[in-house]
Amino acid sequence: MKACKLQRLGIITVISFVFLAVVALGVSDAATGSGSFKKDNEIVISFGVPVDESWAKNAANFLVFEKTDPDIQLPIESVTLDAKRISALIRFSEPLNLSSEYEVIAKDVASEGKTLGTVEFLVKKSQGQILFTIFLGAMLINNFVFTKYLGLCIFFGVSQKKETSIGMGITFTIVMVLSAIMCWALLTFVLNPLHLGFLKIIVFIGTVAIFVQAVDTILRKLNPYLFKKLGVFLVLIVTNCIILAVPLINADSGNGPMESLILGLGAGLGFALALFLMACVREKLELCKVPPVFRGLPIAFVVAGLFALSFLGFSGLSIF
Amino acid sequence: MNRNVQLLWNGLIPENPIFRLALSMCPAVAVTTSVQNGLLLGLAVVFVQVFSSCTVAIFKSFIHPRIRIPAYVIVIALWVSVIDMILPVISPEVYKQVELFVKLIVVFAIIISRLELFASKEPLIPSFFDGLGMGIGFLFGLCLIGAIREFFGTGQLFGFDILGFNPLLIMVLPAGGFFVIGFIMAIFNWVEFKLTGKIPTSGGAH
Repeated sequence: MKACKLQRLGIITVISFVFLAVVALGVSDAATGSGSFKKDNEIVISFGVPVDESWAKNAANFLVFEKTDPDIQLPIESVTLDAKRISALIRFSEPLNLSSEYEVIAKDVASEGKTLGTVEFLVKKSQGQILFTIFLGAMLINNFVFTKYLGLCIFFGVSQKKETSIGMGITFTIVMVLSAIMCWALLTFVLNPLHLGFLKIIVFIGTVAIFVQAVDTILRKLNPYLFKKLGVFLVLIVTNCIILAVPLINADSGNGPMESLILGLGAGLGFALALFLMACVREKLELCKVPPVFRGLPIAFVVAGLFALSFLGFSGLSIF
Repeated sequence: MNRNVQLLWNGLIPENPIFRLALSMCPAVAVTTSVQNGLLLGLAVVFVQVFSSCTVAIFKSFIHPRIRIPAYVIVIALWVSVIDMILPVISPEVYKQVELFVKLIVVFAIIISRLELFASKEPLIPSFFDGLGMGIGFLFGLCLIGAIREFFGTGQLFGFDILGFNPLLIMVLPAGGFFVIGFIMAIFNWVEFKLTGKIPTSGGAH
């Protein structure tokens, strides 16, 4: 019965996070002109009216450069029109930097014999795409446990039973997201204006410790049942490296509030996923005949090594 | 045996932080793709451990027991900030690879557990040797894992080419660190089994 309640709580948490992410994507996905990246060396632009094929085939009619340095023009390999002759696909010989902005200038667009003048296109990855990349990267491709080796103390300590691993995963994800946002706010509004960047480590760990203590106190009064389930894990969270690593990574790469939140969410869910997978295997491992000197932690390490190998497969997802 | 020497030895083998206590595993896997990385991070940990042990041993009568944990964290964070400013001057290129983990020394369980278990109860001199022993034990663990992974993964030691080819590329991949630690732990258990006749529980029970 209690396990059922805990699972329901977990499902509600996950749904609310997904909802939050969808809202975030919807709000921040602003109009970016009519250009977009196709692959890492292709740009698609749409003219809105059918254009002449002979004009579009001539690569000299297009000028493409990065918005930050307009002097350097990118070499165009080929330009192809689609069947309706409305949108053109520009292919480059070298891969583009998908995180920066590009400008495409189409000179003297020719449509049915008339000239429409010069049209400019701004091409950049939409905010939603960037956030999705960060989320996927933190959760699967660069999973904090299996490819960055963070949070291992807790990972090996709490992964003995499925139920405790679920509880720890949920608690950790909640604390992670909230503390990532709080550390971002502290850095942006307090530390950076006062030029106190070198105090990052002390301030961040203090923030996390105070925050965990606060959640502990509030939860104890508000929801004693939940406190009994999650209270033990709350104290453990302070010693988890991921909780300090995510704010530090955010600070070093200059992430905004939305990116910080999504990185925290991805890191938390990735940790929960790793913990749950490991707990499933270790429950089965209890029943196996393990050589006596390998019993306990040594075999857990070998299993984690196998997991790390299989997580290498996710690096194929990095095309997003 | 002199107690101070015994404390040093205790941290090196019988209570080795990585292989026996199984504390602070994150850096043990993450930065040990080469000996140099392990050496630099190990030295940083020795520095932080010794100085925070001494600080806590001196000021323990001023620290109220109920707020000891935040007080310890602040002491550790202070010494980590110091070493974080010193290291980039000593060795800029290696520092770049271990930068994140030098900052993360704050949350290494081994340091705070030695402060809580030893330095908060004992006087200055034993605390110093306990911190030094634990730090050196950690340094030894990092260097051992680093040497094995660098030798088998790239055929090099300290950046010098020895074999001239890569025998086992998996060793420098993420998975290799887990395998190496698992096997070294098993070897530690096996040696103790041969010497004392019983399977130790310290590493396995955690």
